[in-house]
Amino acid sequence: MTAAAARPLGAGAAATILILLIAASLAVGVGDVRLHQLTSDAEAWRLMLASRLPRTLAALLAGAGLGVAGLVMQALARNRFVEPTTAGTDQSAAAGVLVATLLFPAASLPAKTLIASGAALAGTSLFLSVAHRLPPNQPFLVPLFGLVYAAVLGSATAFVAWRMDLIQFYEIWTRGEFSGVLRGRYELLWISAAMVALAFWAADRLTILSLGRDVSVALGLDYEGMMRLGLVIVSVISALTVVVVGAIPFVGLVAPNLVTRALGDDLRRAAPWTAVVGASLTLACDLIGRLVRFPYEIPVGVVVGIVGAALFLWLLFGRRARG
Amino acid sequence: MIQIENVSLVRGGAKILSDVSLHIPEKGLVAMVGPNGAGKSSLLSLIGRLQPLQSGRISVAGLPVDATPSRELAKILAILRQDPAPASRLKVRELVGFGRFPHSRGRLTAEDRAVVDAALADFALTALADRFVETLSGGQRQRALVAMALAQDTPVLLLDEPLNNLDMPNARDLMRRLRRVVDERGRTVLAVLHDLNHAAAYADRIVAMKDGGVAADGSPRDLLTPDMLESVFGHRMRVAEIDGAPVVLHHL
Repeated sequence: MTAAAARPLGAGAAATILILLIAASLAVGVGDVRLHQLTSDAEAWRLMLASRLPRTLAALLAGAGLGVAGLVMQALARNRFVEPTTAGTDQSAAAGVLVATLLFPAASLPAKTLIASGAALAGTSLFLSVAHRLPPNQPFLVPLFGLVYAAVLGSATAFVAWRMDLIQFYEIWTRGEFSGVLRGRYELLWISAAMVALAFWAADRLTILSLGRDVSVALGLDYEGMMRLGLVIVSVISALTVVVVGAIPFVGLVAPNLVTRALGDDLRRAAPWTAVVGASLTLACDLIGRLVRFPYEIPVGVVVGIVGAALFLWLLFGRRARG
Repeated sequence: MIQIENVSLVRGGAKILSDVSLHIPEKGLVAMVGPNGAGKSSLLSLIGRLQPLQSGRISVAGLPVDATPSRELAKILAILRQDPAPASRLKVRELVGFGRFPHSRGRLTAEDRAVVDAALADFALTALADRFVETLSGGQRQRALVAMALAQDTPVLLLDEPLNNLDMPNARDLMRRLRRVVDERGRTVLAVLHDLNHAAAYADRIVAMKDGGVAADGSPRDLLTPDMLESVFGHRMRVAEIDGAPVVLHHL
């Protein structure tokens, strides 16, 4: 099959999978609701609107955001093996919420998110300023540095949280979970959707940015300004995810790599599909987590860790097998 | 077209350029030659505002490069640096299309597409248009980058070693194409070349640089003499004449 023929087929398949996942997510839960009851049963509606729908939307919004944040991060770092959870962004965001919780215990969720975003921005800027100094012919140095940097930040934050008796909060921020999502407790994630839209809007410029400073300047792009915009997109999405549902690994790595391998690095084409794949992957992992030991749950962060690692290994070795 | 006045550049304590002044008028193909480390690339990237000007003045089409918005300059000058070679998963057509960015800001019009198609055809890239850049050979990649710079369609074109990685027919085709954009469209091309014979055959003027300054400046016929070449490269070369044009036997 030619690439041109495969594309609409792939798009149709991706859309069908996403719709099936949404339907399944709405249908699965401890409360006994059958979809056909919705027409007659007010209680079923209430459960649907208060819990199932918010949870499904939260997974979709978080997943789309994480995928696109990963894609943007890879453009900024000019390296396809980095993502916010392995480059210190999430860890800085967690440190930010910790500081906010310590200094302003009464702060609202939006206020904490703002502080977390600021911390994520600072942490990611530091990561990028080092990443841009590493030799470009050694592509594995950047993710390696990211892992060490993230581990150091994460350990420092965990240590402070432990000393301050906040370790259980720290675990909530660093281990993504959708079981606590109810109406009224996930809506901040819509800001993540706005960030995704911002990335779509700036897609061309972000793609040029990924070609490096010289090409960007030569084409008249405001390189520093664009870098800042990309940083804001990545940091705000990561901070929102950490604060609302907790960090979810691998989505930002696997979704962009799956998509760019097929469609290429042009963000205008890749970004929408990365959002779709990120949303599908996250929702699928949440569903697996809900079903494996029903009626108990496994946090989505754990499931994504396993599924995402398997997918990533397949991406790495599958490519080698095909030459 | 390009006015360079008293430009000096120091990097890490080392003097890269010292007090360079040069005027390059509109319409013409100027070759910059000289040994490695003479400051050619640095001068080119200063003209192309890829690095900040430390002292002196440079203007292109009357616009000072350090005080004109980069966005505006991108419509006046295109610059191709030595080997930015992005191992990118962009398709060749997309990469060349980004050369239109200064004009289209990302939304390619029918006219932009026509320019891109023409650039692809000019560099024998049409058959490769849907391949990812990372899958191309070094020479094909180089052609795609030059095509991108030409698609920018600017009055001034700055090229740092455009013949890098090109085989002989492709190198000749590129020089002929540059000659044509000068003759037919009145463009000003400033190219760093290492092959003196390409400079001799296609350039209107040769600027020879040495130790951060201009060592010689003139027509190929005046410049390519054994004495002049020895003073610039510190290496004596025979110069023959074929069909009235100088040919440097630098490999003997």
